[in-house]
Amino acid sequence: MSTQTVVSRGALSQKRGTALGLGAAVLYLSLIVLIPLAAVVLRSQERGLAYFWEAVTTPDAWAALSLTIGASAVVAVINLFMGTVIAWVLVRDRFPGKAVVDTLIDLPFALPTIVAGLVLLALYGPKSPLGVDVAYSRAGVVLALLFVTLPFVVRTVQPVLLELDRDMEQAAASLGASTAQIFRRVILPNLVPAMLSGTALAFSRSMAEIGSVVLISGNLPFKTQVASVQIFGQIETDNPVGAAAVSTVLLVVALVTLVLLDLLQRWGSRRG
Amino acid sequence: MAKYGLRALALLYLLFLLVLPVVLIGWRTFENGLGPVLEALTTPQAQSAFRVTLIVAFWAVLANTVFGVGTAILLVRHDFPGKRLLSALIDLPMAVSPVVVGLALILVYGRFAPVGGWLENLGVQVIFSIPGMVMAAVFISLPLVIREVIPVLEELGDEQEQAARTLGAGPWQTFRRITIPGIRWALAYGVVLCLARALGEYGAVAVVSGRLVEKTQTLTLFVEERFQNFDEASAFASATALALVAVVTLLLTKILRPKG
Repeated sequence: MSTQTVVSRGALSQKRGTALGLGAAVLYLSLIVLIPLAAVVLRSQERGLAYFWEAVTTPDAWAALSLTIGASAVVAVINLFMGTVIAWVLVRDRFPGKAVVDTLIDLPFALPTIVAGLVLLALYGPKSPLGVDVAYSRAGVVLALLFVTLPFVVRTVQPVLLELDRDMEQAAASLGASTAQIFRRVILPNLVPAMLSGTALAFSRSMAEIGSVVLISGNLPFKTQVASVQIFGQIETDNPVGAAAVSTVLLVVALVTLVLLDLLQRWGSRRG
Repeated sequence: MAKYGLRALALLYLLFLLVLPVVLIGWRTFENGLGPVLEALTTPQAQSAFRVTLIVAFWAVLANTVFGVGTAILLVRHDFPGKRLLSALIDLPMAVSPVVVGLALILVYGRFAPVGGWLENLGVQVIFSIPGMVMAAVFISLPLVIREVIPVLEELGDEQEQAARTLGAGPWQTFRRITIPGIRWALAYGVVLCLARALGEYGAVAVVSGRLVEKTQTLTLFVEERFQNFDEASAFASATALALVAVVTLLLTKILRPKG
């Protein structure tokens, strides 16, 4: 009887601890993340769905959104290819200085985005020592996005490639498969979930990016102004409803990407 | 042949996208020697930017470390309804555009918003001031500590903690003497990531700070403002300072990264 009381008292205090901790965590998350994000969505719907649609399809908002989606798609595809190539070279190739190159891959995550933009502008801007000037053009936007999204595909594909069982490849080779066949039929199917996860991350990051783009794009409306910069402009000119409308579109894209990533991860682990 | 082709393609891509631009900025910064760089970084405005950046980053890292460790323990060691939802919500901030983060905070804590107006009556200004900038930095770096600590807590298991409790240690003693030493490297790694993110944030801080020179201007905002005002020397010098912090971060994470 007495031991039972002790145990249940222990369990009770444990439960109380859980509830207290959970309360604190939820409060923190709510005050900083959830309530503010809910306020954005609510604000965008303040004057109804028709007004929301109007705010999203004003010429400059629409141009900014289309540019952002288009540039992000281009960046995602280039990353899908180049990221896989870099991951491949880092895992399967051997050359002096490989460890340094491997460390460098994370530089875009560590470097402040505004510095990334400035750095690119120094090499590919009006004073380019290479004679390549992409400043204030859409190519400049894509270049900035490629810089900041570089690690995503590399870092998702690399570990999968490292764990890949090479016996299968040897078996395929001994059965007469060519290098191209081995890559397409044996290696690639194992990499696809990771490649797509990395690509989705790169796309999502591109949709959200501002810091690296701000200096190199020149933020010309209808030409190089991305969605984040357009929202910034709406905030500064005191049009919170318009800003909230475009923000809501970005939030929906971000949510869809998160769900997609979760599905991709489950697909990947089912295969592995 | 294909091997060398791929190697060349990968290395050239990295050279032109990553290495050359970063090296060039370093070179441009120091082309007239160290003197002008130090001069540019010691103006009152630059000093103020350093100070504001450090204050904001300090509070953001502190808040996210406490919250991160607490929530990681909660998610790994405790059971409660809605656990998966909480875990999913923690990753949400990484997917949100920094500008949207800024707007979101303004809509709740701005002077003309209900909560912001109430706080203003109490004498607390959040937006266009340090508290709002700390909240923005907290938001964008929220998952970094948690995501590093969780796998290590899972790996450790709770046998040692339970043993300590059976031997009469209190919850706080167990936490301090068993849990913290077990997770210290992962925690350090998370803190470094969080610090780098908070120091380097631009978008969210740009929106909530109001970009007031010598008041709420952080280093990243300083880089932008100096560049827009054709003061390339200051812009390059401060960008290089931030890049050096990034390189140190990179080396630290290389050392601290959990193996395997």
